[in-house]
Amino acid sequence: MADTPLYGADSPAGSVIDRIRPGLAARRRKELRLKIYGLVAMGIAFGMLALLIGSLVFTGWRAFTQTHVTLDVFLDPAEIRAETLPRGGFDSVLEASLLQYFPEATERAERREVMGILSNGAQFILRDRVVADPSLIGQTIRVTVPTSDSYDQLRKGLIDRETPERLRRLNDAQVERFDRLEAAGVVSQPLNWALLRNADSRFPELAGLRGALVGSFWLLLICFLISFPLGIAAAIYLEEFAPKNRVSDLIEVNINNLAAVPSVVFGLLGLAVFINWFGMPRSAPIVGGMVLALMTLPTIIIATRAALKAVPPSIREAALGVGASRQQVVFGHVLPLAMPGILTGTIIGLAQALGETAPLLLIGMNAFITSAPDGPFQAATALPTQIFIWADSPERGFVSRTSAAILVLLSFLIAMNALAIFLRQRFQRTW
Amino acid sequence: MNDMRLTQRTDVSQTKIAAQHVDVHYGTTHAIKDVSVEIGDRLVTAFIGPSGCGKSTFLRCLNRMNDTVASARVTGRITLDGEDIYAPSVDPVQLRARVGMVFQKPNPFPKSIYENVAYGPKIHGLARNRAELDGIVERSLRRAALWEEVKDRLQAPGTGLSGGQQQRLCIARAIATEPEVLLMDEPCSALDPIATAQVEELIDELRQTYAVIIVTHSMQQAARVSQRTAFFHLGHLVEYGETGQIFTNPRDPRTESYISGRIG
Repeated sequence: MADTPLYGADSPAGSVIDRIRPGLAARRRKELRLKIYGLVAMGIAFGMLALLIGSLVFTGWRAFTQTHVTLDVFLDPAEIRAETLPRGGFDSVLEASLLQYFPEATERAERREVMGILSNGAQFILRDRVVADPSLIGQTIRVTVPTSDSYDQLRKGLIDRETPERLRRLNDAQVERFDRLEAAGVVSQPLNWALLRNADSRFPELAGLRGALVGSFWLLLICFLISFPLGIAAAIYLEEFAPKNRVSDLIEVNINNLAAVPSVVFGLLGLAVFINWFGMPRSAPIVGGMVLALMTLPTIIIATRAALKAVPPSIREAALGVGASRQQVVFGHVLPLAMPGILTGTIIGLAQALGETAPLLLIGMNAFITSAPDGPFQAATALPTQIFIWADSPERGFVSRTSAAILVLLSFLIAMNALAIFLRQRFQRTW
Repeated sequence: MNDMRLTQRTDVSQTKIAAQHVDVHYGTTHAIKDVSVEIGDRLVTAFIGPSGCGKSTFLRCLNRMNDTVASARVTGRITLDGEDIYAPSVDPVQLRARVGMVFQKPNPFPKSIYENVAYGPKIHGLARNRAELDGIVERSLRRAALWEEVKDRLQAPGTGLSGGQQQRLCIARAIATEPEVLLMDEPCSALDPIATAQVEELIDELRQTYAVIIVTHSMQQAARVSQRTAFFHLGHLVEYGETGQIFTNPRDPRTESYISGRIG
């Protein structure tokens, strides 16, 4: 048997190499093709991503600045009195100040049109300053207030001056007035901090994400507080203590299915159970957080089980071998080693929850709310629902603000994923 | 004690562990078939046999490590100092403190050297204070012949040691709870010859205090370190006797074939 060549009795020495050689070129080509497919796929994926981010930045970057007008306002004691604060004629003093630039505007209608340059919120910005420091009354102070959305669009070039007047949102007189202000050097376009500082508003120039950011913070906090301990506990039980039988198999299948349930279904559940049955407040982050926790739970359980499984059995054996109990093995050795994986899974689950919109719509977190919530029981919006609201709004200013809000949301998601990667790199152990 | 083969040859050692008619099933696999054996105290007993013969399985019955395998079923009677270790009153946690184990692959915890050794005494509450614990750690490391190499870096991670040092660290960890029996499952299979020699030397010293049972694939190692040898084949205990006799004058033809390299 040993003398019979495996590859034909007549083949001379070296025949094996001769048989391999002709196929080599084809094998290499196959490898190259695979590599090219991979590169093309990567290129398409990155191209799509670049397109998405690019279009968002293109429409959104303008929302990161806002046109302002700087005025010297005389706080006339005849209009504003310390005793009646916060009420007072703040719009009158602003009007008086602004009209200095337009002495020809004497008619009531014309004066009102001049005041249209300023945002409706300008008087409140002035009011807040005076309320904070009533000793200002009687002085002349310099305030910088946002312009209304149309003039903001005009300055950003989004209203084309070449458009025939009747199709333009600002008529020639309005454009000419704004140009005079500009010539007077009182118009500026600083960073739009209102985007982060203000809550929602009907007026695009005043609308901000603060309410949504605070709402999303409460949502995620509640979601984390519920889903993290529950998910880890369930995963530890299933992985380390549950008997391996039909029942635990069934539970496992169902958890995996739960992860694939459409999020709108969880929203319906939240509406039916938490709001209608338990009578919890509508639009509140507490309910949203609970719904998101239900959605995140399967993700955390699956990630935790995978992390627990990845701990080498030799570590369990070592601990058992010196007489550790099951519980000591799990909490003293397995869980600490699995923690990086668990945290990574949790953060990815929370990032998913942060971007979730559908369930929040169903529990009413897309309401129009003009102040940031003080706690999880107050009505609030969240970042994705705020985007939804803005995308739905007809005002031109909300177009760029929607993109800006998406960029803010994306930057939070990227930050969370980066944290997950950092944790994995930092705490990963090798055996 | 009434096992004829043993009483003929040894009378100095007392029986530490006795197994009577032990069978082990893994699901439908019959891994150990009617094994009866008596392990002497303060002796090194070697389990030899080809891969898959059940020697490791049997070893893991002696500290009930097979309990952790859901499909494993152990029948028969195994006693430690005359007490049935599978009796319902026996807590496997306590048993494993009395019957320590060293595994095939060095498996220190990813913690400091000190923490590795101190872990057993800590969870069993053997040390009353830090100073006592320090003493236990030092004595264990000394007995594992590792103290001189690591005394200056006790807080360094145990996983940073070399393979041989890691295995001695695992031995130190196992003896830190003062067990009565030390089970070693191919402790040298992942080690180079120098580290192997060190561990073998150590095994010989540990015999002064413990009953040591070592599973090995190396017949030379069995011959070097053990006083008694048990040969397993296909789940049966084929032959058990003094090491010298097993290697020079085996009674069973299967033992002879294995030792002379014809099966395995």
